[in-house]
Amino acid sequence: MYTEIVMEHFTNPRNVGEIKDADGVGQVGNPKCGDIMKMYFKIDENEVITDVKFKTFGCGSAIASSSIATELIKGKTVKEALNVSNKKVVEELGGLPAVKIHCSVLAEQAIKSTIYDYAQKNNKHYEELDGFDPEAAQEDHH
Amino acid sequence: MNKRIYMDYSATTPMREEVLEEMMEFMKTEYGNPSSIHSFGRDSKNAVDTARDRIAKTINAKSREIYFTGGGSEADNWAIIGYAFANKNKGNHIITTKIEHHAVLHTVEYLVKEHGFTATYLDVDADGLIDLEELKNAVTDQTILITVMFANNEIGTIQPIKEIGAIAKEKNVAFHTDGVQALGNLKLDMDELNIDMMSMSAHKLHGPKGIGALYIRSGLKIHNLIHGGAQERKKRAGTENVPGIVGFGKAAELADESLDQRIAEKTRLRDKMIDKILETVPYTQLNGHRTRRLPNNTNISFRFIEGESLLLSLDMVGIAASSGSACTSGSLDPSHVLLSLGLTHEVAHGSLRLTIGAYTTEEEVDYVLEQLPPIVERLRQMSPLYEEIQGGNQ
Repeated sequence: MYTEIVMEHFTNPRNVGEIKDADGVGQVGNPKCGDIMKMYFKIDENEVITDVKFKTFGCGSAIASSSIATELIKGKTVKEALNVSNKKVVEELGGLPAVKIHCSVLAEQAIKSTIYDYAQKNNKHYEELDGFDPEAAQEDHH
Repeated sequence: MNKRIYMDYSATTPMREEVLEEMMEFMKTEYGNPSSIHSFGRDSKNAVDTARDRIAKTINAKSREIYFTGGGSEADNWAIIGYAFANKNKGNHIITTKIEHHAVLHTVEYLVKEHGFTATYLDVDADGLIDLEELKNAVTDQTILITVMFANNEIGTIQPIKEIGAIAKEKNVAFHTDGVQALGNLKLDMDELNIDMMSMSAHKLHGPKGIGALYIRSGLKIHNLIHGGAQERKKRAGTENVPGIVGFGKAAELADESLDQRIAEKTRLRDKMIDKILETVPYTQLNGHRTRRLPNNTNISFRFIEGESLLLSLDMVGIAASSGSACTSGSLDPSHVLLSLGLTHEVAHGSLRLTIGAYTTEEEVDYVLEQLPPIVERLRQMSPLYEEIQGGNQ
């Protein structure tokens, strides 16, 4: 059902945890749907994401999607992170079953939501976030 | 990983050696069609009759009240559709529960949607039991059939079948029960329990897959579902699955032999599992009734984690289990049974079902009890919901 990469990330997820003094915190999904992703970013003055942590309540592919997403953006600029799509997450995982694609969407939204929080706190504007609604991302991602 | 521990006996069971042995003969040498007049046919016919006798004896029914089907789902479909169609002149109302297997629920929904029947879906309490008063009150002059499962496949709760049977008898309504999980796990007596129809499946009691049966009380009027031949006393067409039927018969006989002793042993292991898990893992709850439950069923919700990731983690240490989470059902919602108990979506998503069987050993139960708590803790450490609770406690 899952690729070896998915299972590997599920078994040894990267970047699990919290960052107490994070520059951005985002949470998407809700317990009703059975998955919630929360991300914490440390972002330096050059807008480089220097540290990433996540916590996920969800199925194997939700945990693997979070894990690989954090790997994809660690050390990248905010702009680069905003361009990580759910397709990229799926591709990096070697594919996901059709019914699990929403897990990769959730990962993309978690990144956006975390950067949204950072942007709000620092009065920054990213055109990639135009139209992004963090409230909606908590409501329904299916 | 070398260890493989099977804790999913309610999904299916391994075939017993003796069952397979008896079946082999009817695949290799006694392959005749029971409808044929020659010796090959007669031998097969005799084998089918013997199997029918064995199953009838197990549930205290007459042999001619047992009709073989292609499995439990067919038996459910046949009982409900066949009875409804044959008795629609008497009324169009069917009473069932919200926690039935989909083979019953979807069949009733089909009759409502496509054939003008109406249905009442009884609620269950937090333990999964129906309310007998509610059942009595639901019966109208249009009611023709009550279909309530014997024991629930997910949470193990056993319904007050005898009382339901008595109500059905008093109200002059037919009573069907899905006995798929009950057969082989409980003592079943059709007369004592006032059951008019009961669905059964062989692979839940160490028999083969693809064979089941419907018990139909003598004199009950029911239309055929499968047309095209005179088999099963003209009630179910199709050349008999002779090896399957032989296997079912043997499996039923073996299940009945030491039933009391096996119920006691499974109950002991089940109780050990339930008590230990609830004792050692915080934020857990048992789903289903504590005592009125199948002797082999443990169903526990672990808060803050999701069932599929729990199953994957258990599978990695060789433990095979199941869950009522949405991710394992292929739909967006968790199990309808768990939601009917009043569980929140989150708690339902975190359910784990461990079902034991004849081959389960104490060592296997101990292994599960040893492996489970750290796996739950690891997943909780990853969960933002657990983080909130931990934060609240500080």
